Amino acid sequence: MYGKGLRALSISTVVVMAIALGLVFFYVPLEAQEGFLQKIFYVHVPLAIVALGGFVLGGVFAILHLRTRDARWDMRSYVAIHMSLIFGVATLITGSIWAKGSWGHWWVWNEPTLVSFLIIFLLYATYQPLRFAIEDPERQARYASVFAITAGAFVPLNYIAVNLATAYVHPRVFSSTHNLPASMAFTLLVSLIAMVLLYATLCKYELTAKYTRAQVRAARRLLEQRSVGGAPVSSRRTRSAVPSVYPGSAPGQVAGEPAS
Amino acid sequence: MSASAPQTRSQTPPAAAPARSRASRTPTPTRTVIRALLRKELLVELRTLESVPGMSLFAVTTFVVFHFALNRNTIDGDEAAGILWVTLLFAAMLGINRLFVADADQGGFDGFLIAPVERSALLVAKAAALLAYLVVLEIVAVPAFALLLLAPPIGQALPGLFAVLILGDLGVAAIGTLVAALAVRTRARDLLGPLLALPLLVPIVIGASRASSPLLVLSHPGGPPGRWMLLLGLYDLVFGLIAYALFEFLLED
Repeated sequence: MYGKGLRALSISTVVVMAIALGLVFFYVPLEAQEGFLQKIFYVHVPLAIVALGGFVLGGVFAILHLRTRDARWDMRSYVAIHMSLIFGVATLITGSIWAKGSWGHWWVWNEPTLVSFLIIFLLYATYQPLRFAIEDPERQARYASVFAITAGAFVPLNYIAVNLATAYVHPRVFSSTHNLPASMAFTLLVSLIAMVLLYATLCKYELTAKYTRAQVRAARRLLEQRSVGGAPVSSRRTRSAVPSVYPGSAPGQVAGEPAS
Repeated sequence: MSASAPQTRSQTPPAAAPARSRASRTPTPTRTVIRALLRKELLVELRTLESVPGMSLFAVTTFVVFHFALNRNTIDGDEAAGILWVTLLFAAMLGINRLFVADADQGGFDGFLIAPVERSALLVAKAAALLAYLVVLEIVAVPAFALLLLAPPIGQALPGLFAVLILGDLGVAAIGTLVAALAVRTRARDLLGPLLALPLLVPIVIGASRASSPLLVLSHPGGPPGRWMLLLGLYDLVFGLIAYALFEFLLED
């Protein structure tokens, strides 16, 4: 189901990623003040944009989940947020390196984008602890969706608040997207596309893996039930931190896991 | 929960419905439900005294801790605003953590769900109760703060500070109620409540402490800066709406 087109997507990701890196290292000119270090910009900014976009996307999927009650939307929301968290770690690390390189400190408080990103990241870091502290799969999905929508709305609001708090006190040290030379803007765009593709590919891989695992689990359960003769079998309790989706299985199997 | 609503949700198909008496089908007005729930909430708090005294005591103790941690006898300006708001926030967290515990553990949710009333009534009632707790907390904590730590006299700052406190409280009540409902039926609710609430409350801290810091200086304050009041008001409004829209999804089982 999710596996379709995975190969094409993977290949195009690799190709665009290679083009983007080629542009970054061989095409785009060195920036006058920061020199080679500024090239981290083409990784850091797309990472941040994709991570924030993924958080909001998780919120949109969560709205769809609450509307349709289709567990697959919950799984998509989970995967979107999970992947964004990973991208978020990378954003914070690259941001820190850049800050150290250009301002001499690993962390600066007068860069509102970085600060608001940290707050958003800290909020989303509670998504998984919240989710997996709830046993019942249906309630887990519902509560996670409520969280995802709240946090998704928080992303722009928090950004505005932190910007207000910083912008009027300190002047922005530099502005990353205004007055960008054409070659830099083009490279940034290609890097962004590559990052979006990477995000999409990784999400698709995770969705495919989860879907396949659920199918295997459902099939194994069916097999166990047959071999015992219809009696419910206590299946091995999976230790995975995975949203429960049992597509194509009987509804009784959804809540059929006995508490051990 | 609401004794004035004896009927349960009808299981009969619509065709059989006209057989039921008309009087039993008019739903209880939401305002009545909210009033009943709020009354219950405040009564329970009055009789058990579980939240508010603890919150107030915590705030006063925290001021003492800050005195030693900062090694300062008096503070003003940014520092004063920050310490006041951090203390209020952490004290509020104690109340937020306890807000739904009785409902989750002793069947309050079940009772409420059986009653044929608007779900969001519970949100409004709980948020109003939390707001009341916060107001009482501040009636204790702000004078204690002025007495123990604040350098300039608090009298001239009070009207402005009152406005900032109310706007801040509204936001804390809306977010706190949503977060409390989200966290209460999880395994690690004592941990998750603050973890979820703190990042969501950062914009409130920004707005409230920036708005109150010019009030807490020696030279005469002119009133809270409008920009931060606007930020607080907008944030309250947006999160009030979000909580209102999402709360019913937390109450389905």
